[in-house]
Amino acid sequence: MIDSAFPYRIIPIGDSSLLVDYGNVIDEAVNAEVLRRFRQLQQHPLKGMREVVPAYSSLSIYYDVFQLCKMVPEKTTVFDWIKNELQHRLQQPALQTEESHKLVRIPVCYDESVAPELPAICASINISREELVALHTGRQYRVYMLGFLPGFAYLGQTDERIALPRKSQPHLIKAGSIGIAGRQTGIYPLTSPGGWQVIGRTPQAILQKTDDHNLTLLQAGDIVEFYPITSDEFESH
Amino acid sequence: MDSIQDAGRYGRQYLGVNPSGAMDKYAMQVANVLAGNDRNDAVIELHFPASVFLFTSPLMIALAGADFSASINGEPVPSNHCIVVNRNDVLQFHRPLNGARAYLAVRGGIRADEWLQSKSTNLKAAAGGYQGRCLQKDDEIFTGCLQEELSFLNKEEFRVLPWAADSKAISDSSQLLVLPGPEWDIMTEEAKHTFTTTPFITTRQSDRMGYRLLNQPLQSKERQEMISSPVCFGTIQLLPDGKLIVLVADHQTTGGYPRIAQVITAHHSRLAQLMAGDGAWFTLTDHATAEELLVKQEKHLQQLQNACTFRLEEYLHAANHKL
Repeated sequence: MIDSAFPYRIIPIGDSSLLVDYGNVIDEAVNAEVLRRFRQLQQHPLKGMREVVPAYSSLSIYYDVFQLCKMVPEKTTVFDWIKNELQHRLQQPALQTEESHKLVRIPVCYDESVAPELPAICASINISREELVALHTGRQYRVYMLGFLPGFAYLGQTDERIALPRKSQPHLIKAGSIGIAGRQTGIYPLTSPGGWQVIGRTPQAILQKTDDHNLTLLQAGDIVEFYPITSDEFESH
Repeated sequence: MDSIQDAGRYGRQYLGVNPSGAMDKYAMQVANVLAGNDRNDAVIELHFPASVFLFTSPLMIALAGADFSASINGEPVPSNHCIVVNRNDVLQFHRPLNGARAYLAVRGGIRADEWLQSKSTNLKAAAGGYQGRCLQKDDEIFTGCLQEELSFLNKEEFRVLPWAADSKAISDSSQLLVLPGPEWDIMTEEAKHTFTTTPFITTRQSDRMGYRLLNQPLQSKERQEMISSPVCFGTIQLLPDGKLIVLVADHQTTGGYPRIAQVITAHHSRLAQLMAGDGAWFTLTDHATAEELLVKQEKHLQQLQNACTFRLEEYLHAANHKL
């Protein structure tokens, strides 16, 4: 029904938010479209829109039913009305706003002192620590989305040889820890329970709580490169 | 586990900042309206056993939400009323009679740390509210209450003002209306039937992030690996073992489990007042009904606000002119 390079469906999440769903995929082109639409809606919000949140391949839009119910004709639900508004908006080409594509280089200490399970992890995938470090630092990652914790960036995708399963039970993970889950990698901005396997830690602050304008080091669309540092460099950072 | 909360922190979910805010926003607003505040001013959210409060200056307060049989200086005081308290009065809570969360509003609002335009406590980020944490013994809380308007109080005892908010709208039923979620169809027909016809029990593994439910296990048609996508307050997620989680105020911004249904906004208050061990059930509804109930709730709050503002101004005027 939708004539678009990126087919989507609009479905409700309850009575005060809806989802624009581009399919259950991790794909750079789809994610770039999600982020273009996110920026378009942030710059030109729909009437009654409270917030828009992008994910890997979907966008959710939160809206104020009470504010909108006054302008919606009788016998029409607010959902149908805002869905219609949104469809009009999505039929227009996405603004080619400057995608940030900021390149961020992040130092990581891949040492047992900050990642005690590293030897066991290396053994489980039959790889040396040096190889793991080379594979993890050897490519650029896209920030697909932020979620889970303030400032937590979902980065993809890692080399298949260092893909790791999630832990079956969450464990306490220290702030700055670099984790892997499947072919995703990410940095814990805060100490928190989590299910990802920890391979290293960065001394770099990921969340700046007191700086409203630069709250998070990373934003969706950014490119990340990791580079190795020694435990001495980690301590003196 | 008592904390300072307001209507929540919106606008930064795209950076992973979850909204937090009062669990029962309806009761939070009722408490504020009774105290003559802005509906979204910061309040204290209380869980039983709740903190004991010693007032160090005259204040106007209001309690709403759960009934924890409150007393001032040992004398029982009702919820859903505005109460004028004196210096050295002590507010205590004795027994949880119904509901899980009570709200204490103070005229002028609770003064608290603001983070990203909200005073709500975010425990993970240790920001907002009272130093980003739950309240502890000996914490000193400041309010925006103007002492001049309470100068009539002198050495009098506390006073419960005579008008009340109708609290019926809050939690007189264990039925939660839901709308189908994005992954509703992942369930088998039998599971859909079970979901809407059998009650569940809220377990002890429930907190401000989410409730784990004890429910008849629900079968899904396929085991599909889902990538992270947006979730919100009231999202019902289906776990791989067929059990359910309902997300509440401190939910993460995104999740990776199928979102089979969504509790309608007008019933978030009922959801918030469920305690561990409470039974309830889900019933499907449609958008028109969900929106109508939400609009009705909002109109009720607006009427309550108009009425309370009027009564309170009249009362303060009369009290101060008797002097």
